[in-house]
Amino acid sequence: MLLNWLRAPKLLSQAGILGLNSRNFNFIQKYNARELYPMVDDKLETKKIALNAGLKTPPLYGVIRYNHEVKHFHQLLGDYADFVVKPAQGSGGNGILVVSGREGEQYLKASGAVLLRSQMERYLANILSGLHSLGGRLDTAMVEYRIQPDPLFEAMSYQGVPDIRILVFQGFPVMGMLRLSTAESDGKANLHQGAIGVGLDLADGRPLQAVQYNHLIDKHPDTGLSLNQFQVPDWDELLSIACRCYEATGLGYLGVDIVVDRDKGPLILEMNARPGLNIQIANRRGLVPRLRQVESWLDTNDLPESARRIELAREWFS
Amino acid sequence: MSKALKVIRQRRFSPRLQVWVLALLLTAVGLGLAIHKHRSYGFPLSPRSAETVWTIEAEISFQADGRPVRATLALPSGSPEFQRIDESFSSLGYGFFRTVGADGRERAEWTKREADGSQRLYYRTQIVRRPSAEAAAMRERELSILPVSDPAPFWESADRLAVDEVLDRVRRISADTESFAMQLVRLLRNGQDDQSVSLLLSRYSAEDRRSRLVLDLLRTEGIPTRLIRGVYLADGRRFQPVVEGIEVYHDQRWVFIDPLTGNPGVPEFFFRWQRGGQSLLDLEGGRGSQVRFSVLRDTRPAETLAFQRLEEQDHALLDYSIYSLPIEDQNVFKRLLLIPFGALVIVLLRNIVGIPTSGTFMPILIAMAFQETRLLPGLLLFLVVVGAGLGIRSLLSHLNLLVVPRISAVVIVVILLMAGMSIVSHHMNLAEGLKVTFFPMIIIAWTIERLSILWEEEGGEAALIQMSGSLFVAVAAFLVMSAAEIRHLTYTFPELLLVVLAVILLLGQYSGYRLTELRRFQSFLPKS
Repeated sequence: MLLNWLRAPKLLSQAGILGLNSRNFNFIQKYNARELYPMVDDKLETKKIALNAGLKTPPLYGVIRYNHEVKHFHQLLGDYADFVVKPAQGSGGNGILVVSGREGEQYLKASGAVLLRSQMERYLANILSGLHSLGGRLDTAMVEYRIQPDPLFEAMSYQGVPDIRILVFQGFPVMGMLRLSTAESDGKANLHQGAIGVGLDLADGRPLQAVQYNHLIDKHPDTGLSLNQFQVPDWDELLSIACRCYEATGLGYLGVDIVVDRDKGPLILEMNARPGLNIQIANRRGLVPRLRQVESWLDTNDLPESARRIELAREWFS
Repeated sequence: MSKALKVIRQRRFSPRLQVWVLALLLTAVGLGLAIHKHRSYGFPLSPRSAETVWTIEAEISFQADGRPVRATLALPSGSPEFQRIDESFSSLGYGFFRTVGADGRERAEWTKREADGSQRLYYRTQIVRRPSAEAAAMRERELSILPVSDPAPFWESADRLAVDEVLDRVRRISADTESFAMQLVRLLRNGQDDQSVSLLLSRYSAEDRRSRLVLDLLRTEGIPTRLIRGVYLADGRRFQPVVEGIEVYHDQRWVFIDPLTGNPGVPEFFFRWQRGGQSLLDLEGGRGSQVRFSVLRDTRPAETLAFQRLEEQDHALLDYSIYSLPIEDQNVFKRLLLIPFGALVIVLLRNIVGIPTSGTFMPILIAMAFQETRLLPGLLLFLVVVGAGLGIRSLLSHLNLLVVPRISAVVIVVILLMAGMSIVSHHMNLAEGLKVTFFPMIIIAWTIERLSILWEEEGGEAALIQMSGSLFVAVAAFLVMSAAEIRHLTYTFPELLLVVLAVILLLGQYSGYRLTELRRFQSFLPKS
């Protein structure tokens, strides 16, 4: 037993698993310049940068920066009946409110609960005072388009919108996964809270296997849909979007979260300069060999165009 | 070598190398200073180490004749084995000063215009054993003192035969100067029945005849010899006469011959008070004089002694140490000095073990509060305060307040609660309750806030895990920071913090797995 634990570090390293210390020390500190962080820590900034680079994000309905603006939220909304409110600097999907309908001054949450105008205003005030931001900094509330998930995904997920995380290292897509919320994860897409991670084959966007809490599963526990026979739509475009985010931000070690909208196609939800390590569990593969592959290739080659990068990545990592 | 230089030049000192060099330097400086302080000044490594202090009191007693009195006593000269840490003189109605005797050594001189009847004068000194390195250095210095060849004594012709006979006998059973002196001392000790020995002994006065005879015989043999007067250190010896022994110069050094056993070398518990032939006591205006020694043994914390030693030497090390600060400031510093160890625990538990805490250094502050409250009452108080705070926070969350006012409100309500707890526990005679005030309130309020947000967003389990993680780290930091050894080492050797710094710098480069990651990624391990 003890012997097994003593051997564990060696086995993990043979499997090429990237640990937190190594991620921070060898990749984030090395490839992500500190001054670039605000671009991805603030979702409004991210939107701006994405737009400049010709990348699509969910349309922005409005921004609330100051407390006195909270009262005018109702007018700001105009005719939009469904929308999403989120803190611009929220982390890990926290503080996101999805409104699926509106009746006068009452709002209908996606979960079915009703929110009064006063409750909505308190919610906004909390966001502004930094409730969901890292370290409690003052924050901004943004109101944006509510994603209409692709029918395939809508059937597959329990509440929430499934999103695709693609890890981009120095412009090369190195790993991808699809995240599905479950009843257990309370509609959130965080793997450690019980969401499902589906590892994706970089070549074609087909599932490798699905994992919930470290265990392999075949079906979604809530929807009962099979998790190993589907095809992520627009896979080529997803890869291309993710790769172009590298040029847009300059962040060498970057997680790009993309959703596929029924009408608007792939949209960038957010980017992360400290992407988590659970993607390895969903893929049942370690990141280190892939990252080293990119590093060593770039040692002798100049950075190619994104199309060529995708071609290479598909060749290496499928 | 040149290859290593090339690597350094090429990489222009990679950060990794820089850290290693820096860590090595810091460790060398920190450890070096500490070892130097320990070896040269006897700063103890362990908090419990105590050193023996010998108090030797010389009592001079005599009958005064009603004339002016002048008494001088030879004072202990510097000894390689022992160091004087204190001395005092007491004698009612006498003038006192230090003088230097004909042999160049210090003497104490008491004087009085008119004295009658029984008189008593006291000299008291306290000595401790020197650290071994220092003693060795002192002995080395002593070697440079060369012997003066004393003239051989004159013997009456009758005695001359006995002298030759004795010397001849000893010469036959000895190999060199040292063994000659040994054998001579032994012969005189056991030779009561020996005709020649008793003849020679009868030529000397009663008190010190044996050592005088040894001295004269050795000088006759042409061996440089000197008289040693000293005291055996044994607790509770009262009013002992001085012990006389001899030292012979052999093989470029002075060898002490134990007057009791004839063995060479200074016995461990023998203090050499005086060297050379000068009298121990000179007295004018009195008779029947006696010098008697009493010995007392006690122990003192080694640390106190180390500082006493430094004080005796007016040492700069003392002037620039924490101990030169006023006492209250020292106490503040003593707490500050422990924080690096708390930080080390945090680094270890976060980056090597991987325990999640709420707030990076919050556990250190909690650990410092635990030092005031003690562990169990502290834990209990912490849980009560945080529990109450969480309750208040959830009440306040219905009031629709902004974050900073809400946290401030939590702080105020929790402080009121603490005041209430203090008063109630005071009336119930529970001292622990009062100590609740040591908790860093603002930090705790933020902790409450973070925990309650975590609770809302990720559920009670996550909040519980994070709080127990924080508490676990706080308790670990507390245990390290309150370990007697660590407290002692940081107070006595603050330079060791450089070593802690070096360790933390090196840990800052650790890019291996965290212990908790072995569990997190267990699906990559073969099923056992």
